[in-house]
Amino acid sequence: MEEKTDYSNKPLKPMSNFTWFGLVATCIKLLLIPSYHSTDFEVHRNWLALTHSLPLSQWYIDETSPWTLDYPPLFAYFERFLSIFTKFIDPNIVDLHMGLNYNTLSVIYFQRITVIVSDMCLFFGIYRLTKKLGYRRRLMIWILVIWSPGLLIVDHVHFQYNGFLLGLLLVSLSYLEEGRDLMGGFVFAVLLCFKHLFAVAAPVYFVYLLRHYCRAGLVRGLRRLLMMGVAVAMVFAAAFGPFLYQGQIHQVIRRMFPFGRGLCHAYWAPNFWVFYIILDKGLAFLLRKLGFNIQVPAASFTGGLVGDSSPFAVLPQITPLTTFIMVLLSISPCLIKAWRNPQPGMITRWVAYAYTCGFLFGWHVHEKASLHFVIPLAIVAVHSLEDARHYFLLSIVSCYSLFPLLFEAQEYPIKVLLLLLHSILMWLGFSAQFTETAVTKVSAKRGDSAATKKGGFVIGWIGKSYLLGLLVVEIWGQFLHPYFLGNRFPFVPLILISVYCALGIMYSWIWQLKFIIKSP
Amino acid sequence: MEKRRGKKVMKNEGEDDADYAWWWLIHKGVTVSFMCIAVFAFLVRVAVSLHPYSGANNPPKYGDYEAQRHWMEITLNLPPKEWYRNSTNNDLNYWGLDYPPLTAYQSYVHGLLLRSFHPNSVTLFTSRGHESYLGKLLMRWTVLSSDAMVFFPAVFYFVAVYYSGHHSGRKSDIVWHIAMMLLNPCLILIDHGHFQYNCISLGLTVAAIAAILSKRDLIACVLFSLALNHKQMSTYFAPAFFSHLLGKCLKRPNPYLEVSKLGFVVLGTFTVVWWPYLHSRDAFLGVLSRLAPFERGIYEDYVANFWCTTSVLIKWKRLFSTQLLKLLSFGATVSLCLPSMVQQIWAPSNKGFLYGLLNSSFSFYLFSFQVHEKSILLPLLPASLLALEEPFLFGWLTQFALLSMFPLLCRDKLILPYMALFALFILIFYLPCGRRDMRETPSPTTLKSFVMKFLVLCSLVCHIVYLTMRPPEKYPFLFEAAIMLLCFSQFMLLTAYTNAKQWKLSKPGTLMDKEKKLI
Repeated sequence: MEEKTDYSNKPLKPMSNFTWFGLVATCIKLLLIPSYHSTDFEVHRNWLALTHSLPLSQWYIDETSPWTLDYPPLFAYFERFLSIFTKFIDPNIVDLHMGLNYNTLSVIYFQRITVIVSDMCLFFGIYRLTKKLGYRRRLMIWILVIWSPGLLIVDHVHFQYNGFLLGLLLVSLSYLEEGRDLMGGFVFAVLLCFKHLFAVAAPVYFVYLLRHYCRAGLVRGLRRLLMMGVAVAMVFAAAFGPFLYQGQIHQVIRRMFPFGRGLCHAYWAPNFWVFYIILDKGLAFLLRKLGFNIQVPAASFTGGLVGDSSPFAVLPQITPLTTFIMVLLSISPCLIKAWRNPQPGMITRWVAYAYTCGFLFGWHVHEKASLHFVIPLAIVAVHSLEDARHYFLLSIVSCYSLFPLLFEAQEYPIKVLLLLLHSILMWLGFSAQFTETAVTKVSAKRGDSAATKKGGFVIGWIGKSYLLGLLVVEIWGQFLHPYFLGNRFPFVPLILISVYCALGIMYSWIWQLKFIIKSP
Repeated sequence: MEKRRGKKVMKNEGEDDADYAWWWLIHKGVTVSFMCIAVFAFLVRVAVSLHPYSGANNPPKYGDYEAQRHWMEITLNLPPKEWYRNSTNNDLNYWGLDYPPLTAYQSYVHGLLLRSFHPNSVTLFTSRGHESYLGKLLMRWTVLSSDAMVFFPAVFYFVAVYYSGHHSGRKSDIVWHIAMMLLNPCLILIDHGHFQYNCISLGLTVAAIAAILSKRDLIACVLFSLALNHKQMSTYFAPAFFSHLLGKCLKRPNPYLEVSKLGFVVLGTFTVVWWPYLHSRDAFLGVLSRLAPFERGIYEDYVANFWCTTSVLIKWKRLFSTQLLKLLSFGATVSLCLPSMVQQIWAPSNKGFLYGLLNSSFSFYLFSFQVHEKSILLPLLPASLLALEEPFLFGWLTQFALLSMFPLLCRDKLILPYMALFALFILIFYLPCGRRDMRETPSPTTLKSFVMKFLVLCSLVCHIVYLTMRPPEKYPFLFEAAIMLLCFSQFMLLTAYTNAKQWKLSKPGTLMDKEKKLI
């Protein structure tokens, strides 16, 4: 009997689930430390060095390394903060000249661990967003975000700080969903001063906050507008103020918006412009066959660096302004919705939709930017069966489109296994969630579990064949292409991946657009 | 079928969120869960294989990685008869082949693979100490593929057999057990970090055990003979296999026939594997002498076994001749595994067999001649198979097995994967809402829990001290000795416990219960 009373008094309290998920992810991240890292690693090392050893006035002017500072000031302050700790590890890391292309174990461990630690921000954001949800949804969101293969690939292998920045976005969204608009706007302003690429969602934020937060009678509305303005202005003043004082604001802006880089990145992100380029090439080819004299464009897309001259043979050239207008146009349905009926339940979808538009039509988009909408969409993926089906497809496509980032053989099994594991977990989690809800609904009505088949998590045949197509594309690119064509046309597998993934992303965009238009 | 069972589990456990915690993972059946965990376990292995191997950038002898590569070079370029013989082409002093022929064949096959992608890494003579990005990658992939092709299917076979029939356990327990078997940190660190092919011999052993549990004794004999022929270390399990099979045969109507059938199968397998060396007595004895390196002394480095630990007080190597030590260690090993063998011959049972494996491998680890730190993997294997029955034993053994290999892994610069895998192991071992017994087990009495906490603290202190402090000049191996002493005491206690446990099984009443549960 005495022993029995001890039963309830557990010696080892089960760790709370959330910490468990985070810690397991951290273990994997630690194991990935020695893996390949891209030039972004050196970029961030250089920023550590220049913010540490130069006065503030030199940060946006220095050109010791080609990897100049091109993020907004708060990120520079963040790097300055991180550089404090190098003193205890290895002072060479932050030496502006000695540290160039520094590649010892100390710098790798230090920088990798800063990313792992800064992921705490992502954990906090996801924790805030999910704390009010039911257990089952919460669990699924944790699996989707904390174990996201895309974030692991981009942050912990390729090297970037997306987990940290997306964490800020999630914190901001969690405030908005709670109805605490002022805090939400404030955190978003902070995020913009960390990385300005997140500004694509600014119109949505603006309209939403104006209509939701400031719509409370004339006087109160104006007072709220003023408060929001002051909060945002404070953030921007804190970030850009010192540079404004130095009279360098032009230099800072020029660094932040390098439009000279061209429409597409060296590896084409799977967006709308891929089709545009392909169409141009196809038309040029056709017209040449028909006997027209078509000039071969001076700049090429497959050569890597893309200059200012028009790379198109037939179709009109695209300028940054065109892309800007197209992005704004494609966002506008969602802006109208936000204007008419600003509801906190929709804000995550709207923001994700805005980033989708930015990704599809934007100027010089990186493939990594697909994380900006895949991660927020994970929050809404658990709401309904359609959401889950859409997310399953989108998440796989977006993760697959990141594959060319890790091109070395050593990481090949890692990226494949990450995607495979993610797909299995998504499939298991979604089907558990949705068959389960179907069961409880039916049994509540009828009292038996005979009709449990209804509404399970099934991917239609189109989705299935599309996903199988991904496999074909991968097998072609990895095995058949080198086997049949050898070293000729090395860009074809990459183009194939971009085009094929662009189809999936376009589908996701249309699906989201439809959902937003249909919503009340 | 599986699906329906899953739903029943869910319905029984109802709305309780804690039960949903892992229900999503298991509701499609054990096979799907196994796939999922296998993918995760494989990912962990690939990630560990990014780290350095033993003897990386460390000429002239390098480490086990170079040994394996050198064997590929030798087997690929010389005829089988030359593999174990010292010659101008084959300097046995430089990582001479000292594993049985199956390892040699495996090296040959892997050598073929390396040659087709990267010929420079396996050319005779010139490839000595070859280290390159592609070379490392290919070598790592040979271990990964062996693991996927031998160890994983063997564990699946074991799970299918062990949990088939009317097993009353919860499915989440089964899934937890799979994770424990596939994510054993010691095995991953040695195979994919340090660099060895233990997954093959251990996988063959697991498959043999599964075959015995499913009453296919002849297949079990073939598989275990193959395991013996891949690594002579598998002998650690031989007494258990022998006694269990003998006990089973004696229970049957025609014991002589049964025993001779098994004997023929074993002899047949050995003949096939040893064929190239059976043409003459000299060739056969030549290979055999390579497999038993008695000249290396009774122990190496600081292994947590009896001889090494007591050598702090008694200098065995100085006081006794090698011949006498051989006899002594043989006698000690046999006498320690004798009780467990007698029990199995007297009352063979499936569960008793698993305990017997644990006991015989412990007795070999603790008392046999020439034991290496890595040999702790062998007692760990049956312990991991028993993890659900003996979670405490398994957790405790894994913890101290890791500690006992810590100095070795430090030398290999594998501290980071060591820490990550240790943490991962603890996380999965104490899975939130994972095992049922975690929620129901009584907390140990205060004294026991105090002792346990103290020991865990000791182990933690050992880690930290070993990493941060320099030993005094006079005793350069002081910390290794402390780690060894701590681990040895724990291993001894666990051995005593498992022996007692095995004997308790054969008490009439309990035996019947256990058997019913297993079959």
